[in-house]
Amino acid sequence: MQTFEANDDGPLLAPIELTSRRFWIFAGALLTIGLWGAFAWWTQLRRGLSVTGLNAPVFWGLYITNFVFFIGISHAGTLISAILRLAHAEWRRSITRAAEVITVLVLFFGMGCVILDLGRPDRVLNVLRSGNFTSPLLWDVTSVACYLTASTIYLFLPLIPDIAILRDRMPSRRWLYRPLALGWTGTEKQVRRLDRAIAVMAVIVIPIAVSVHTVVSWVFAMTVQPMWHSTIFGPYFVVGAIFSGIGAIIIAMAIIRKAYHLEQYLKPIHFNNLGLLLLVMCLLWFYFTFAEFLTTYYGGEPMHMLVFLSKTEGKFSPLFWTMVVTCFVIPFVLLANRRTRTQIWGTVAASISVEIGMWLERFLIVVPSLSNPRIPLTAPSYVPSWVEWSLFAAFVSMFILLYAVFTKFFPIVSIWEIREGREHSVSEVTTRVLSYLPEAANE
Amino acid sequence: MARWGMVIDLDRCTACQACVVACQVENNIPVAGQSDSDRGRGISWIRLAPFNEGEHGTRPGLRLVPIPCMHCEKPPCTKVCPVKATSIGKEGIVAQVYARCIGCRYCTTACPYTVRRFNWKLPEWPDPMGEGLSPDVSVRPRGVVEKCSFCHHRLQNARDKAAIEGRALRDGDYMPACVESCPAEAMFFGDLDDPRSVVTRLEAGPRAFRLLEELGTKPKVIYLSKGESGADV
Repeated sequence: MQTFEANDDGPLLAPIELTSRRFWIFAGALLTIGLWGAFAWWTQLRRGLSVTGLNAPVFWGLYITNFVFFIGISHAGTLISAILRLAHAEWRRSITRAAEVITVLVLFFGMGCVILDLGRPDRVLNVLRSGNFTSPLLWDVTSVACYLTASTIYLFLPLIPDIAILRDRMPSRRWLYRPLALGWTGTEKQVRRLDRAIAVMAVIVIPIAVSVHTVVSWVFAMTVQPMWHSTIFGPYFVVGAIFSGIGAIIIAMAIIRKAYHLEQYLKPIHFNNLGLLLLVMCLLWFYFTFAEFLTTYYGGEPMHMLVFLSKTEGKFSPLFWTMVVTCFVIPFVLLANRRTRTQIWGTVAASISVEIGMWLERFLIVVPSLSNPRIPLTAPSYVPSWVEWSLFAAFVSMFILLYAVFTKFFPIVSIWEIREGREHSVSEVTTRVLSYLPEAANE
Repeated sequence: MARWGMVIDLDRCTACQACVVACQVENNIPVAGQSDSDRGRGISWIRLAPFNEGEHGTRPGLRLVPIPCMHCEKPPCTKVCPVKATSIGKEGIVAQVYARCIGCRYCTTACPYTVRRFNWKLPEWPDPMGEGLSPDVSVRPRGVVEKCSFCHHRLQNARDKAAIEGRALRDGDYMPACVESCPAEAMFFGDLDDPRSVVTRLEAGPRAFRLLEELGTKPKVIYLSKGESGADV
């Protein structure tokens, strides 16, 4: 059996111990976009939502699109990581952390989008003070709050042993790492408890994650509006969320790999495996979209057809067909083909395409239904304003910035889990595989 | 207790929009101006919806139908409000609490009749209209949703008057500004639970229908289709 030499995993600590000039330039650029967004928000606070492109009947636009999109991205992390952990997928070890951080950070921006959309953000606490539980929006508040709590715990637990490593290595930051390490010394009892806690959280977060995006879809599906009032919206949104989420993990991994020279940890095989998952979600997404649109078309109800036709051949058709190409055609071709899937650029290109496509999908769910009210109402087309675009750009930038800052304080690839893999799993997996064989003794 | 409802006779309606103007004045609805109107930001609690009739090219036709809030018995808007800023009262009027509304516009998107409006900016009136606002109706702040209230303030006055006279409120005690202003006498208002009221009689007639009845919202605004009037009025 092959064994591996002990390794100090220096490259994983390097991003924390050394910060290059390039990082500061990158962070500065992101912060500039963030400040521009702050200016846009200030403008909106001063002049109200009249600075957006919204109108009657298109009361919801980019902010709600982004809300659904960001919450969708958040499905990347925790859900994928939990499933891979429970499935004992050994290749997960270097990617779970990078995925879990996406979830926790992007959730803040998802919720931020709702605040941006409020006409009276000063009254947001009314939701707690006089909450109405028949409103799907309140279900959203509840499930997103649960998800944020659970996924923060789920991110933190596997961080503890790594924080202890940092506590012992970096005396200058003991003020931060010592309290967070919770006195971790790596005793057998601590390891056993941690393993158990992580396993319990991995089981808990899965139903919460599924509920979150289901409830997001219900904000639309619970109304009687054409092409919103659909029973498959729950699973359709969950599939779309995981689809865009995996894309986000792949893009984040590619950037981390390049920026921090982690080629030894994030290998083409990781991209290939995630690429396969992305391919499965791509096919599922196509199946759901096809089922949804065929049902609408075949039924042919005039009000539904109005929305349907505005998407397929009306004013939204350029966006719609771009969505079909970017969500299905491009990723399918790149990922079904072994030659492109096994290349990192191939899965990254597929992922970028998926992100564009899934954003368009969210936009095409929100806007066309509102643009075609049942009782006619003459209004101009919805064109998002500079304020809305700026805040979108700012949210994306601030998310990336927070993510980058995280990598400067905590290892973005789990050190102890890599070590555990090297020291224990190789023999464990061998024993496990041997136990499957007919020759193995029954117990 | 009364259950207030409205009947609009499409045979008599001339689409003159007197109801729209009366409502704007009665309820202190701000003046949007040309540019905001063009951007779909104008507010009106009753509008004329243009329905295409006939076939394009051969037999063109356009029917203008006045659309106030339907004051549904089962309002899709009230249940989606996250903060209970809108609710249906005992007398069936769907009310909006401006002081609690957070401006999320979920109710505006959930309403299948699209009758709710949002205050995109601070209300404005050209001089000297701002000085002639009605003291009975509160001016809405920026960022909240508003809608037709069946002239709720008039109901309050009628209720006070009935109390002073020591009797119960009854059909005919009040009518909204739009109904009062209709020069064609195409609008009727009253108690749908009173078997002798005009609205109850019209509601039972053969021409009566409701908008989007199939959605099960049970509107309390009833339309009379185009046909032979007179017989049932």
